[in-house]
Amino acid sequence: MTKKEKKIMRPGLDSHNLCFVRYEDAPILPAPPSEVGVTGWLYHNIFQSMNDFSSIQSCIKSILAALFTLFVFYFFVTQLYGFIDFALISAVWSDPEGLKRQACWTLEQGGSLPDGWHGACWPYIIAKAKFIMYGAYPGGELWRVNLTYLIGGSMLAWVLIEPLPFRKLVGFVLLVFYPMFATVMLSGGGGGFSTTVVGVSTLLGLSLLTISRLGKKGELPKIFSDIVAISGTAGWALIFIAAFIVVTGFDSGLINVDTRDWGGLLITLVVATTAIVASLPLGILLALGRRSEMPIARSLSIIFIEFWRGVPLITVLFMASVMIPLFMPEGVNFDSLLRALIGVTLWQSAYMAEVIRGGLQAIDKGQYEAADSMGLTYWQSMRLIILPQALKHVLPGIVNTVISVFKDTSLVSIVGIFDLLGATQSTLADAAWSTPVQSPTGYLVVASIFFVFCFGMSRYSMYLERKLNRGH
Amino acid sequence: MAQKNNKVSPDEVVVSMDHVNKWFGQFHVLRDINLQVNRGERIVICGPSGSGKSTLIRCLNRLEEHQQGDISVHGIELNNDVKNIDEIRREVGMVFQHFNLFPHLSILENCMLAPVWVRKTPRVEAEEIAMHFLTRVKIPEQAHKYPGQLSGGQQQRVAIARALCMQPQLMLFDEPTSALDPEMIKEVLDTMVELAEDGMTMICVTHEMGFARKVANRVIFMDEGQIIEQNEPEAFFNNPQSDRTKLFLSQILGH
Repeated sequence: MTKKEKKIMRPGLDSHNLCFVRYEDAPILPAPPSEVGVTGWLYHNIFQSMNDFSSIQSCIKSILAALFTLFVFYFFVTQLYGFIDFALISAVWSDPEGLKRQACWTLEQGGSLPDGWHGACWPYIIAKAKFIMYGAYPGGELWRVNLTYLIGGSMLAWVLIEPLPFRKLVGFVLLVFYPMFATVMLSGGGGGFSTTVVGVSTLLGLSLLTISRLGKKGELPKIFSDIVAISGTAGWALIFIAAFIVVTGFDSGLINVDTRDWGGLLITLVVATTAIVASLPLGILLALGRRSEMPIARSLSIIFIEFWRGVPLITVLFMASVMIPLFMPEGVNFDSLLRALIGVTLWQSAYMAEVIRGGLQAIDKGQYEAADSMGLTYWQSMRLIILPQALKHVLPGIVNTVISVFKDTSLVSIVGIFDLLGATQSTLADAAWSTPVQSPTGYLVVASIFFVFCFGMSRYSMYLERKLNRGH
Repeated sequence: MAQKNNKVSPDEVVVSMDHVNKWFGQFHVLRDINLQVNRGERIVICGPSGSGKSTLIRCLNRLEEHQQGDISVHGIELNNDVKNIDEIRREVGMVFQHFNLFPHLSILENCMLAPVWVRKTPRVEAEEIAMHFLTRVKIPEQAHKYPGQLSGGQQQRVAIARALCMQPQLMLFDEPTSALDPEMIKEVLDTMVELAEDGMTMICVTHEMGFARKVANRVIFMDEGQIIEQNEPEAFFNNPQSDRTKLFLSQILGH
């Protein structure tokens, strides 16, 4: 067939034959195996890059791709097997005779395991579990920590699981009353409180609330409108602080547990949740402040953010634990955990602020204009229009920050607060369990616990992203 | 044409602009604007791009701030007093070129937002109002969808319904059909014509000259920040006085 004939054979659609009419539908055919099912998946994900042998170049490319795939596969499988072998198959699980370190020794080292053995020594972790989880928290009082976990965990689950009713109410209780409950349960409370601090804070809070009420009725001059806008929130925050001090100051009848005795996962969770929960609202306020047109609010936000971002967390922690006591008046003793908490929170909120500012900048000017043209106030349009969209845009960034602060809490061990990592490390010094596999086992546990929490947060954020997707 | 002018009440002034001037930095964007709009009037503002038409109507609800002259809307003076601005914004609805619906809220929630939060209407009542206006713009069945699921024309009709839910005294339209595909322009214009027939006071910045002929009481032609010519639509289109108007009309009606 010549080239010309071929052209005529095709129906219509060329410049010689302008008229084309289809009388019969072209058949609908099943997809080829390279597109669907297991073969389709294999083709698209593995073999597509190595099936081209049409020239020497592409032959080399295909062979290299195949070799590389095999290498990656081999590497992955051996690593995975090594891990499973260490953690599960070769591991020593129990120590019924109470041999301690000898249970995990090879023949060469004086134990009964074959030479060259390499596996996790789980009896060591079991023996140290209480210390890794709770630090030096008194053994008889552990139910208080567990109860706090149980209540906090179930309330959090309630808030996060979509179809449950009263989620807003539970969230409110979780944010407002649970911190007081947890503080009393964990520390025992009863330290008493300074009436002056509580009185001043309550009075200030109430007067701010009054200002807010008056402002909303329009009885204050316009220059106060900025103060009015935040006085409501600030007022409630002060009253919350006063209530917090009073509630935690009363004698609850529980034995006092000094925060120096807290440790392990407990510390990690306390520091991380406080920093995460407190830094989000602070970060939002700072981000709004930095984009505000009010010069004072803007410069204060910029100074705050740049200061805390410019200082390493370790420096912040040293400042909190070493320098602040120097400035305190004689006799005033400020709990070292509380100081570290405040340090981590402020440091974290600066990062959070910048992530959120990124989200605010992604919002179209038209959204602000539409909100303005309807007569919504600044705070209404932020709360109802701008922030829901901005936070959704930067959800991956927020979760990123949250996960990184969860892990950064390990740094508190540098100022003598024993978090999960610090507590585990200190158990390594116990000669009774000294074996070559002691530290790999310990670090494996620490890494796994961190991974479970961080991976959980990551998955929940992906679920949230899907749920909030509005197809625009 | 006589019938549509009946609804204008000459003694009730909704908008008055008196020697208004505005600058963007050095650029004099509105120059000595004087305009009075009575209740029930439908004004179409046209002119080449950059002539200040959008800026003019955006000054009426303080999306832009004017530097000289007086503006009063619905008898309230537009100055730096936040209370006045809020009061004016409650009475003035605005429809934008790019719709500016809130993408994270459903159509119904978009329409209920301002009545609930600004007018403090109870939710049930606000929902009734919203459904009423969504029915009026002929998309009640889309109420539970999100803006991203609607076509451009539908989104703009929602935007009109959303503005109407505040039951405003005055509606501002800022090039409402400029971002739409040709086949969707008609559905939006039809909605606007119906609104006009119900006696709504409207100021529209638009290039839809057919709409201007059909609906407007007055057509205003702006160029370089000034009002060059204004007239009844028949006279404006058939017998333009200024050379600039003639040039503009020949350009947009020429094809």
